Amino acid sequence: MSHVIGYLKPFRAKIFLAVLLVAGQSACDLLLPSFMSSIVNNGIAQNNIGYIFATGFIMLLITLAGCACTVGAGYLAARIAAGYSKSLRSAVFSKVENYSLTEFDTFGASSLITRTTNDTQQMQTFIVMGIRVVVSAPITFIGGVFMTLYTDIELAYILLAAVPVLIGILLFIVLKASPRFNVMQKKIDRINQIMREKLTGVRVIRAFNTTEHERERFAGANEDLMKTARSVHRLMASMVPSLTLVLNFVTIGVVWFGATRVDQGFLQAGNLMAVVQYVVQIMLSLVMVGMIFVFLPRVSVSAKRIEEVLTAEATIVDPAQSQPPADHKRGYLTFENVSFRYGNSEDLAIENISFEARPGQTTAIIGSTGSGKSTIVNLIPRFYDPTSGRILLNGLDIKDITQHDLRERIGFVPQRAVLFSGTIRENICFGKKDATDEQVHHAAEIAQALDFIQAKPEGFDSYISQGGTNVSGGQKQRLSIARAIVKNPEIYVFDDSFSALDFKTDATLRAALKKETKDATVIIVAQRISSIMDADTILVLDNGRVVGKGTHKELLASCQVYREIASSQLSKEEMDA
Amino acid sequence: MSSHKMHGAGRVSAAVERANDFKGTTKRLFGYFKTYKFQFILVILLIIAGTILSAVAPKILGSITTLVFNGSVAKLQGVPGAFIDFEQILVIAVRLIIIYLVSAACTYTAGFVLSNASQKTMYNLRRDVDNKIPKLPLRYFDSTTHGDILSRVTNDVDTISTSLQQSVNQFVTSITTVISVAVMMLSISPLLTLIAILTLPFTLLFTKNVVKRSQKYFRGQQQSLGRTSGYIEEMYTGHNVVRVFNHEQTCIDQFEQLNEDLYQNSWKAQFISSIMMPIVNFIGNIGYVLVCVLGGILAATSGLAVGNIQAFLQYMRQFTNPIGQIANIMNMFQSTIAAAERVFDFLDETEEIPESEKPKKLDHIEGNVQFDHVQFGYRPDRILIHDLNIDVHAGQTVAIVGPTGAGKTTIINLLLRFYDVNSGSIKVDGVDIRDMRREDLRSIFGMVLQDTWLFGGTIMENIRYGKLNATDEEVKQAAKSAFADSFIKTLPEGYDTMLNEEANNISQGQKQLLTIARAILSDPPIMILDEATSSVDTRTELLIQQAMKNLMHGRTNFVIAHRLSTIRHADMILVLKDGDIIEMGNHDSLMAQHGFYYNLYNSQFASSQGA
Repeated sequence: MSHVIGYLKPFRAKIFLAVLLVAGQSACDLLLPSFMSSIVNNGIAQNNIGYIFATGFIMLLITLAGCACTVGAGYLAARIAAGYSKSLRSAVFSKVENYSLTEFDTFGASSLITRTTNDTQQMQTFIVMGIRVVVSAPITFIGGVFMTLYTDIELAYILLAAVPVLIGILLFIVLKASPRFNVMQKKIDRINQIMREKLTGVRVIRAFNTTEHERERFAGANEDLMKTARSVHRLMASMVPSLTLVLNFVTIGVVWFGATRVDQGFLQAGNLMAVVQYVVQIMLSLVMVGMIFVFLPRVSVSAKRIEEVLTAEATIVDPAQSQPPADHKRGYLTFENVSFRYGNSEDLAIENISFEARPGQTTAIIGSTGSGKSTIVNLIPRFYDPTSGRILLNGLDIKDITQHDLRERIGFVPQRAVLFSGTIRENICFGKKDATDEQVHHAAEIAQALDFIQAKPEGFDSYISQGGTNVSGGQKQRLSIARAIVKNPEIYVFDDSFSALDFKTDATLRAALKKETKDATVIIVAQRISSIMDADTILVLDNGRVVGKGTHKELLASCQVYREIASSQLSKEEMDA
Repeated sequence: MSSHKMHGAGRVSAAVERANDFKGTTKRLFGYFKTYKFQFILVILLIIAGTILSAVAPKILGSITTLVFNGSVAKLQGVPGAFIDFEQILVIAVRLIIIYLVSAACTYTAGFVLSNASQKTMYNLRRDVDNKIPKLPLRYFDSTTHGDILSRVTNDVDTISTSLQQSVNQFVTSITTVISVAVMMLSISPLLTLIAILTLPFTLLFTKNVVKRSQKYFRGQQQSLGRTSGYIEEMYTGHNVVRVFNHEQTCIDQFEQLNEDLYQNSWKAQFISSIMMPIVNFIGNIGYVLVCVLGGILAATSGLAVGNIQAFLQYMRQFTNPIGQIANIMNMFQSTIAAAERVFDFLDETEEIPESEKPKKLDHIEGNVQFDHVQFGYRPDRILIHDLNIDVHAGQTVAIVGPTGAGKTTIINLLLRFYDVNSGSIKVDGVDIRDMRREDLRSIFGMVLQDTWLFGGTIMENIRYGKLNATDEEVKQAAKSAFADSFIKTLPEGYDTMLNEEANNISQGQKQLLTIARAILSDPPIMILDEATSSVDTRTELLIQQAMKNLMHGRTNFVIAHRLSTIRHADMILVLKDGDIIEMGNHDSLMAQHGFYYNLYNSQFASSQGA
């Protein structure tokens, strides 16, 4: 947690001031009863009305001071807490933005989102509470005990006996409750998961007539949650009454022993009244501390989750001494005996891959699911680094140039077309910030996106909603292709990017692209053999290894795996053609 | 079928939302308590009893102080025979102990019973929500985002649950406290009570003002938070795109702006809400001082008991607190009712057209399917299918082809009665499908969709979904026919491998194999297949095609076709364009027509011919 707490450092001065203000507020609260006791002792007992007024005036001033302290502390607490969570959010976001896919995958997008939003918000709530309660409770506690001791030492003994009892009760409940809260949270998650599955699978559930089965599945989880929630709430229901009971018994004890002290002449009645009020304040401060303990497990989980993000080592870093990218050569990409394994997986995802892609040529990669096609293209922009072997761009190891320079040269079209909320123009310009209208138009035209864009009332200014939910899968892919085209890169990488297109669009798009990419290096991963059969070189992948390399014709003659793929997709005539 | 109307809904919610029909919703929510009526009444009675007892206690405690004060003052003044009456103090102390014990017992029992009643009520609410899902037409799920429905059935129900547990208790306690404390104060001194009550309007006015102002800031904070979260979500989901286009710094810069905005809104909201307590306390403390002074004068002049001043001071504290709390609870209640309204809206959604009253059931299914003058559109003003007539004989395979968005899935939606036709009819073996029970109709069909839906459970359970009473052996047999057996066996735990929530511990192609196995297990007379465009890879595809050939044998099949081999072997090809069947026939006859199909078919090789 130390790392996360470190972000509080810039707020040191403010925190110090806030603590002072909170202390002032607690002191004011504690002073009031003692003045009241002098009203009783000196005013009422001696019928001195002037004294009563004078003391009352002082009390008003103290009240005002206390209020000012609290408002000041509240202001500082709000500034500190909001500022703290802002800097945490900032740190987490920038860190994540610079994650390579390895780190990104270990957390997962949805978990990272919660860590950046909810967890930082939790920290903010905790800091506010921390300043206002954590600080004030001990001060009130110590101050209250001190005031009691000052008033009458013997009376303070009762207090000292009661404190452990109170702490015991708090600990008992907190220790029993917090694991149950965790269990409850898990069961809520389970309910949510089943619900989500039922919503996403509504067609399947209906088609398979498993409504009854689903109802039972949910009812089971529902009952499970109900039982746990009930037991948690029952436990929590015992907290307030038992603490109040202890508080009340202590008060009776104080009054009883106080009475004997008064009887013996050690104490005045007014002071006894003050002590009763101190006792209440002390006990309340302990309960406050108890609340913190209820909250603490949740916060420490959040803090830990943020910490994990912040301390994750970036696996892909820029070289200490980066080479300027070679300018005399363009678009020469070479894989030299490249092997790669994901995380701690035992098997290599790809093994000993070697090939060279040149400008003006198309290199295609085909193979079955899990054969490593996407893995190969993910290594090109350094989403991952090879486990062994090296990748050269224009003769330089890509590890020796900065990620920025490397990616500047690549036009990447991912398997899953991701668009951002904003206009179509903005989405295409994502590839090239300063692209002109003509360039955007041209890119859309090649990507076969022009027709549907122009069919929209607002054309290029049509708004794409978050996640691109208001365009079809095929349209998303075409925009994502346009985004890469507008960049006019040295190397195009298409990772199965034509899958959502129908045959006709696919064909027209590839024909247009071919003209556009005359001088560029093109790497295509595909499932459909028709998408790649005219490539200059086709790599056939099987279980992470290259089992065939050549043109369509050569491979039909020489490669068994390729022939299988082809015969599943092509007619006899086309095979023979 | 995209959902324009749900644009961003559910994310940005104001600090305190208000229900449209506050009264009606409240009434309906209370209707849910009816089942546990007696428990709730018991809870309220217990809370009232406990609160009244604890309100009485300070005055009794005060009487001890009075005894001590009077006795000691008298002793000091040398009044003869003056003493502190310890015997009486003991009697009072014992009485107090009993009162405290009973009060605590009441409060605890109330909490205990309330946990039971409120959690069971929540159980019922969740159950009702769940039972609603199967009754809703598919149209509802297609036009509403999952996130929106999910948030209703989970977050909103949780909100109601939390507030039920807390606010019922606090609300009754607060009201009872205010009333009983007021009574106790009056019994001590009407004049002092007047002072205490005089501070109230100030407190209320102030509280109301702060709440009003803070709501503005809280709404700002909430909106800011919504924008920031939305941005984060987008950038994280598109992480590799951001990175490969070197957009990290731009994103961070944009994020910093949103973050700064959130900070500004957030600290203001935090601050404005934090000044509420101190200022309420301040007003309370002024009352405290006034009572001290005035009570002191009264005690000195007209013999107000000192213990009563002490009791009164305690009452003052108890008096202002619940008033602030009631304001809080009212806010909480507002958002609870708003949440309840959203849940009830869901429960009130129009249900599917009820089943026919005298459902027909086919004993022996041949598998003839007939579309007779079918007209359909997802929206009445946008008819997609104008007049569709097809006659499919048992055992035939129908391939549906056409460009994206041509309405290929619509035909499936109609066959399974996910949607009902606008006019015309669909018949299976001569029986209008609307005359059958949906369940009976759907049991005739098997389905493999592109969207591979699997649930969090073992692979065995997922395949068994096709036939819930299948034996392990049958499941394995189905997996073998779907060529899934070999990959399942290589998994460390084989058929017992748990699929995680996103089922991303197996590949997309493997998922497809599992859904095929599931369909094979269900062994239906008619199969519906949406061929994968990309997810099943070419090599596995070969195996699947062989399995499919076996599966399709002896059945009627509808295939949304992307593979030429499927198309070519189909008995009938439906060529769809813009929702209408524009050509129909087998491969050879369609090719001979030199029409749309001919172009579609040939265009696939356009680039290789052009090269």
